[in-house]
Amino acid sequence: MTGTLQISLDINGQAHALSIEPRVTLLDALRENLCLTGTKKGCDQGQCGACTVHIDGQRVLSCLTLAVQVEGRQIETIEGLSGDDGALHAVQAAFVEHDAFQCGYCTPGQIMSAVACIREGHAGSNEEIREYMSGNLCRCGAYNNIVAAVRQAAEFAS
Amino acid sequence: MRAFSYQRASSIDEARKASLQAGAVLLAGGTTVLDLAKCGVMDPWLVIDITHLSGLSGIEVTDDGVTIGGLAKMSAVVEDDHIRSAFPAVAESLSLAASPQLRNMATIGGNLLQRTRCSYFRDPGAFPACNKRNPGSGCSAIGGVTRNHAVLGTSESCIASYPGDLAVALLALDATVDLGLRKVPIDAFFLLPGTTPEKETVLQDGEIITAVSIPASDAARNSTYLKVRDRQSYEFAAASAAVGIEFEADGKTVRDIRIALGGVATKPWRARGIESALIGKVLDAGAIEKASQQLVDDAVSHGDNHYKVKLAPRVVARAIMKVGGML
Repeated sequence: MTGTLQISLDINGQAHALSIEPRVTLLDALRENLCLTGTKKGCDQGQCGACTVHIDGQRVLSCLTLAVQVEGRQIETIEGLSGDDGALHAVQAAFVEHDAFQCGYCTPGQIMSAVACIREGHAGSNEEIREYMSGNLCRCGAYNNIVAAVRQAAEFAS
Repeated sequence: MRAFSYQRASSIDEARKASLQAGAVLLAGGTTVLDLAKCGVMDPWLVIDITHLSGLSGIEVTDDGVTIGGLAKMSAVVEDDHIRSAFPAVAESLSLAASPQLRNMATIGGNLLQRTRCSYFRDPGAFPACNKRNPGSGCSAIGGVTRNHAVLGTSESCIASYPGDLAVALLALDATVDLGLRKVPIDAFFLLPGTTPEKETVLQDGEIITAVSIPASDAARNSTYLKVRDRQSYEFAAASAAVGIEFEADGKTVRDIRIALGGVATKPWRARGIESALIGKVLDAGAIEKASQQLVDDAVSHGDNHYKVKLAPRVVARAIMKVGGML
């Protein structure tokens, strides 16, 4: 297979038809082809976590995933997190309540990572949250508030 | 990334055959291949996706140990109860590596084959000279910034350190790398750079890591992985040690001890000299420190990384004391 491929991606429960080159990452497909710009491009090298999405319920880095690789898998992005009525997800609400951001660029990745972190059962203490959220960098340094938001959302979920 | 073709392999034989083509590369977790393709270090024209192959991601307890499929994710192995109880050094080496996202992506086979984090190797645009990337072109690291470079197993061609954690634990526990058609003890899997730093393992074209087997032992059950690094999490090792100890019935005398190091050498580094110095001995701090010091007798440092000559024996000594119940 060379040139452009026709694929279909299941994103936030909706099928999206795409015509893309094999080298296109899931991150670029989301942002450039599908205008789902909630997922952010930070380092584009797997070092910052800004591009975190869920594939089959697990958090991964969309910058190091080819779009063609995940055909047939369930992809969830920050856009799919809130309810049909627009109500914020508990983790989103906790980030707002705790002012867990400054510039906001890393926030979608932080939130997608936090949702998975809580679901994995790795948000039982501040220390555990720091360890299991370490793949998401925040250059503004909002870490203390992020930990507080994740802690509250975890307690709310349990 | 330059354009490439994509092929989804439907069998391991198809993947082996396809990967024999010049410019072809296998894609598992993607965390090394896509990263290095973006850096311009790798330039594949054909990417063969093996992530959809079935039967290669299991964790199987056998009569004499455990066999982990080459496509098992790091996160799945960390969460496995048997791995955690029978091979704690392996579980700890994985949980201290990378980030949760990367551990959900990266496979066990790919993890072993990860490439060095030498910043000169990773930056072909700024540093054309790199014997690992471009044999015979020279080494930009020697005489450069070397804080993360190796002090053991180096050559005049290359001082890049092996960055992985898992391989260090597997080396201490005498694991075997299964290539499907042949099996290689992990001690013989990785190569010293010598004059051919581009050749990092004995893996031949067309070969795929299908599984890793770890023999059960009392030393494996009583093992740990200690990792010292510049930040508390999500960072490569400045120095690390995997240590497993089996004691005699008296609970004090060392019957069997396994020691391997990471972050300080050009390949996962077994410390057999320290092992033989401590077998048959009752552990005490003085004996451990003295034995650990011989690790760096032949160390060669390049300025910035001289701290590793002091750090490595201390990390080994602390790991031995931890497993020995002395801390």
